[in-house]
Amino acid sequence: MKTSSSAAAAAAAHDQDDTFVASGLALLRQPAPAGMSDAILERVGLVDEYVKVDGPIGPLFVAYGRRGISFVERADTIGEAGDFEEAFRATFGRPVRRVDKAPELVRKIIDARLWGTGAKSVKVPVELDQLPSFERSVLLKVLEIPRGEVRPYAWVAAELGRPLAVRAVGNAVARNPIPFVIPCHRVVRSDGRIGNYGAGGPTAKRAVLASEGVDIDELERLPNRGVRFIGSDTTHVFCYPSCRNAKRITDAHRVPLHSSDEARGAGFRACKVCRPVDPPFRAAVA
Amino acid sequence: MQTQPSELCERLATDVDEAFPELVGAHQDLVFGVALRVVHDATSAQDVAQDAFVRAYRALKRYPPERVRELRLRPWLARIALNAARNEVRDRKPLAELDDEATTLTDAAAGPVYIAERNDDRRMWARLLTQLPDRYRLAVALRYVDDLSYPELAQTLGRPLGSVKSDVHRGTALLRAAYDAEQRAAGAREAAS
Repeated sequence: MKTSSSAAAAAAAHDQDDTFVASGLALLRQPAPAGMSDAILERVGLVDEYVKVDGPIGPLFVAYGRRGISFVERADTIGEAGDFEEAFRATFGRPVRRVDKAPELVRKIIDARLWGTGAKSVKVPVELDQLPSFERSVLLKVLEIPRGEVRPYAWVAAELGRPLAVRAVGNAVARNPIPFVIPCHRVVRSDGRIGNYGAGGPTAKRAVLASEGVDIDELERLPNRGVRFIGSDTTHVFCYPSCRNAKRITDAHRVPLHSSDEARGAGFRACKVCRPVDPPFRAAVA
Repeated sequence: MQTQPSELCERLATDVDEAFPELVGAHQDLVFGVALRVVHDATSAQDVAQDAFVRAYRALKRYPPERVRELRLRPWLARIALNAARNEVRDRKPLAELDDEATTLTDAAAGPVYIAERNDDRRMWARLLTQLPDRYRLAVALRYVDDLSYPELAQTLGRPLGSVKSDVHRGTALLRAAYDAEQRAAGAREAAS
């Protein structure tokens, strides 16, 4: 009995010592120095890189990592390279390092996206992991819009199975971290107005589209007359006006259409390439 | 101890490069701390910690995925850091220092008096720790400064759980005794003056 109680007392003393010593020694804790993790990632070759390249409306900083292209800013807008590095770190929580020349594969992808060179079907790896999943799916959808063509916000929403989420699509597009590579400039308003543009406003958006050969005056003229689609009276297919199939219709066979109801009523079917849709609430919009 | 494959292990097993930055972020304080416990100055400790992570990276690249999935990351990294630190110490000339571990950290939020007291405390605990016999010092420091659990500590040191526990207990009791002796001496000095 005596021994067990003294053992218990000893154990209690132990616990007390433990707690006391533990709190004293905890004072000696010291976090790893700032910059240590950057140095480690640098040593194992996991630091993202960026280059300065010419873009359609001025120079761009383009960052890429092993997951793909991750961040693009207009050099004129962001200013110094240091500001780009700061913005990158603020977004991804890791460093980025300037290099003179991107690896060949990355260069090919950048050129293909900015200038339409090379194979059209080249896969474009992009890093969007930091975004909420809806925004990510919006931007991946926008990535599919072909060069020289435009699609309405409502089209993106419909393609994602969320036809009413037009405003959410607009917000996601406005926050595109990879402009020019993910062509948010090719997303326009359903009423034909060019819409806003995160990378420099409507003027910049026009300039980028013009550099891709989009006839902007035409693009704006049609919706002003209420025309949203162009049909062909030979194939009986209707498209968005900028769809490559619409561009092939000769003037004599072009039929201006105001809605998909009208088109279907007149015996047209929707183009399988551009998959045209009416904007939601078009009565209200009209 | 239950081997619970962590989500991070799973991701490391699938793609080291994807998950490695997170591994560094999550465990850099531990690895740096373990290195500091052995090399005793922050600059060398940072070099050692970097080396340890580079070794860990290479190992993760080399290991088959099943093995990565089973890793207990904290003790595994702590052991790599410990080995790297011991190599570093072995390779260099013996130095006379030992107690600059208690550097003067500043708490931006705290007032000057508080900081001074904290730094005094810190220096005292660092000194008491240095005075512990070798056999106990590292075990106690890894347990209470770096906050390794007993099973983690056993794995880090590559020794049986029981012997590690008893070293920590004895070391702790000695520290407590040294602390009390110090307080008594300070009290005596005050009384005498």
